[in-house]
Amino acid sequence: MADSGKLLSQLADRISYLVDIKGNSEWANVGDLLGRVQGLRQSFFEIKEADLFEEIGRIEDRVSFLEDRVAEKLSPAEIVNIVRSPQRFTLMDILENVYDSYTELGGEGDCSIDPAIMVARATISRRVKNKLYSHQVMVIGHEKGRGEEYRNGGCARPWGNDKALRYMRVAETEGIPIHFYIFTPGSYPIEDYPGAAQQIARNLYVMAKLKVPMVSFISEGGSGGAEAIGVSGLRLMGSRGYYSVISPEGAAAIEGKIREGEKVPRELVKHCAAQLKITAEDNLKLGTVDRIIEEPPLGARLDDFPFFRRLRYEMLRATDEVVLKTKNFRAFRAYAFKRQAEEGKEVPEDFDLFISWNLTDLEIERLLEFRLKKYMELGKGYFLENRNVLTEGIRKTKIFASKTYYDLRYGLLRPHGRNVQKVIEEVSSEGSVFLRKVTEPVRAAYDFVFPQPERPGKVVRSEGPEHKSIFAEEWESYVSPLANEDCAVTCPNASKYGCLDLWVPDLYGEFCGVCPNCGHHFPLEYQWYLENLFDKNSVHEFNDHIASCNPLGFQGYNVRLKRDMKRTGRNSSMITFDAEVWGIRLVVAMLFSNFRGGTVGTAEGEKFVRACDVAGTTRRPLLAYIHSTGGIRIHEGTLGVVQMPKCTLAVREYNDNGGLYIVVYDNNSYAGPVASFLGCSLYQFGMRSSKIGFAGPRVIRETTGQDVPPDYHSAKNALKRGHIQGIWDRREFKKNLHDALMTFGGPNLYYR
Amino acid sequence: MDINLNDLLRRYRSYPFEDYPVETPHTGVVFLKVKEGQTVRGPSGEWLHRPGTLLYVIERERNVKRMTALWSGQVSGIRLDIEGQFVEAGELLFSIRHQLDKEEIIDRILTQVLYIFPAPQRARYFLAPEISARMEKQFKEGVSVESGDNVLIMSLMKRDTMISYQGIPGALYKVYFKSGDTVEQGSPLLGICPPDKLQYVQKIIQRIRTEWEK
Repeated sequence: MADSGKLLSQLADRISYLVDIKGNSEWANVGDLLGRVQGLRQSFFEIKEADLFEEIGRIEDRVSFLEDRVAEKLSPAEIVNIVRSPQRFTLMDILENVYDSYTELGGEGDCSIDPAIMVARATISRRVKNKLYSHQVMVIGHEKGRGEEYRNGGCARPWGNDKALRYMRVAETEGIPIHFYIFTPGSYPIEDYPGAAQQIARNLYVMAKLKVPMVSFISEGGSGGAEAIGVSGLRLMGSRGYYSVISPEGAAAIEGKIREGEKVPRELVKHCAAQLKITAEDNLKLGTVDRIIEEPPLGARLDDFPFFRRLRYEMLRATDEVVLKTKNFRAFRAYAFKRQAEEGKEVPEDFDLFISWNLTDLEIERLLEFRLKKYMELGKGYFLENRNVLTEGIRKTKIFASKTYYDLRYGLLRPHGRNVQKVIEEVSSEGSVFLRKVTEPVRAAYDFVFPQPERPGKVVRSEGPEHKSIFAEEWESYVSPLANEDCAVTCPNASKYGCLDLWVPDLYGEFCGVCPNCGHHFPLEYQWYLENLFDKNSVHEFNDHIASCNPLGFQGYNVRLKRDMKRTGRNSSMITFDAEVWGIRLVVAMLFSNFRGGTVGTAEGEKFVRACDVAGTTRRPLLAYIHSTGGIRIHEGTLGVVQMPKCTLAVREYNDNGGLYIVVYDNNSYAGPVASFLGCSLYQFGMRSSKIGFAGPRVIRETTGQDVPPDYHSAKNALKRGHIQGIWDRREFKKNLHDALMTFGGPNLYYR
Repeated sequence: MDINLNDLLRRYRSYPFEDYPVETPHTGVVFLKVKEGQTVRGPSGEWLHRPGTLLYVIERERNVKRMTALWSGQVSGIRLDIEGQFVEAGELLFSIRHQLDKEEIIDRILTQVLYIFPAPQRARYFLAPEISARMEKQFKEGVSVESGDNVLIMSLMKRDTMISYQGIPGALYKVYFKSGDTVEQGSPLLGICPPDKLQYVQKIIQRIRTEWEK
């Protein structure tokens, strides 16, 4: 009888799991089946044992049949349901079953600064030729919990990601590898200090150069939240996991233009889940993950011990692989390693070889190089680059020539020049002190005998640009086409500050789109900045041949993309160019709103990375001017998401080589880009009336269930929480930018 | 200060409304968007950030301005003759008859009955620590104040100045600001009730709270 009780309980779990996967209990009458099992459990002692077992057998056959049917063809939406099922394994199960022992760090259970993020110092061991070897690792991941409200469903708050970052640094100090486990539907979209976007950006920036091997495993990879602890040498993914730029429901709400509060049709959600290419196979094809770890057909559950055994083996193997790539002598070990992997359909009992996870300084350098190289390759081939062989050859030659020239000029000659200048300065200083000692008595005696009347000193003009009034050159300056309309507009702050109505030709002409009473900035087109911010004829665009495309084959997207291309006359939402600001040459990457809302996809990511390269090669400061960005382009799925680490790694490389990177936000800047390559900048500024944040008010309301104040994303609040360093006025943009370049760049513009 | 509270109460009972006139802010052509007797709602949300019902549109120099309701209530006395006409600034379009709720009536009665001590300057105000402590202890009976008592601290330009109370002696009945709030000049800070009327006022308020329907 006891056995039958257990069997019934297991059957109930299996049927509930089927209900979870299908999303309803009407499919194949599984609801009735569950009712039968519940009935048997209630009338347990009233039925004869033989009858009971017979009925259990019948139900079990039916359940097995249904499970097979479901497993035959799982749709992406069903995979999402598998991941969200409360029966799926969590990080706690992994810590219990994959690692030998562990100690949770930074709090335990609900007594933690953010229980959604779990950090543990763990031991994982392997047997090689009957000898046991233990490795120390830092395990960092999301813990969804099972119905524990305080876990917040694995949505990390900013301070949770900060905790993860703190322990990444601990691992770096101790020189132990990090295993990341990603189980998050997304980051918790709040702007409390330091702000969701800012913290993710900080994490990415640090992880870019973290000097330890890192391996990540994705079960539920929800966009930015996943990236916050996702940069690694090898990215593994469960075969029934999903990794996506946005939840299918979120994508459906955008695609279907569903109003807030209205229900999103289920069919549309299913359609979007399929379009987004979120499954493990899709991600492997796209190159956004490196390897898939096989799970049972319907996904691993919390008591799936063979899966945990496989996961343990794969995590060890992946860490070995990351480490082995950095080693000097690895030919035989790599061969043995590969052989074992080929054999390894089944998880072997013993490992063929032991690989130490300690790295020397040289190996760490190699580790970082491999990481950079790996991320720079992500998304390549998923944008259009319309070039023929000749122009490509010319481009490459140009790059080589400029690299050689600038390497010679700044890499070789400038340091020598500086050293010589330094020696001359020091010798002349010494000499002047010595001479003064000798000549001082004579000079004093001379002055005493022939006193000279004091003369006022010459006024020395400070070096710097000659500031001209905008009125002086008004006749030749660019005027926004918005000014051509003969009408008046009302300032949004009129009721608060009593601003008078503004005549449009005045507003967009003389007033530069700024309310003269309250200073509200009306949006202006990006061309205004190209014409007014930089010196005349100094803007030279490059890489304009790189074009966005539809890498996932997202239905209906081609038409919209072509329409935007035709409307804007551009190939992507990013423009990269060389420019000058009062004689200071700089490289600029500009995201503008007219093209797909300024969203970032593979083409934009690649253009940004190349802009970093150009700025690094030519030793010029890099300015990211964000006219507007709506985040990562959902139509490019995870190919868009991986632009976050990719671009951040490029920025880190540029900064570490001594570059000066400044970000200026205008209008609206949200989501992925702010949470990565923009937010990671050490010097960020916001224009007045700009909005900066992680998620918009609607997403916050829908995720957290709480409304946000109207000024939640204002530049002022971003300044208060330390996200940006200052708020600039559009009318003084050029001056402020010049000042910033001079202040942060200093006399050694822009290379240390 | 000789106010008959019963009369006041009777007045609010017979006409528990406040009529808010809706006037044009400037010249322009007006297009009405509401009808006579229509119920409109004022701004909503925690920060009153959701605009109220659209009342009318006024167009001047091709600037189409959508004017929304600032109060909840019913539209009355609508002037349909000006629909689509050019009007001057300050032209009355209609009124919004706003039904007063219990708290609003209490507030109105209190502003008439109590002696209001207004803010002398636009500044941040705090209750004097002694008054705060006494308020916590003597919550029910009310803290008595008289002219010359230091009741408030005004914080302005990094300087804290003690403000002494000037007015009739009585019990501190209502504090109109939260500690640390910035209060505009002339806005009420404190409401003082004369001792002889204290019990009477309390009784009236109690009656409104229990008897009033909404």
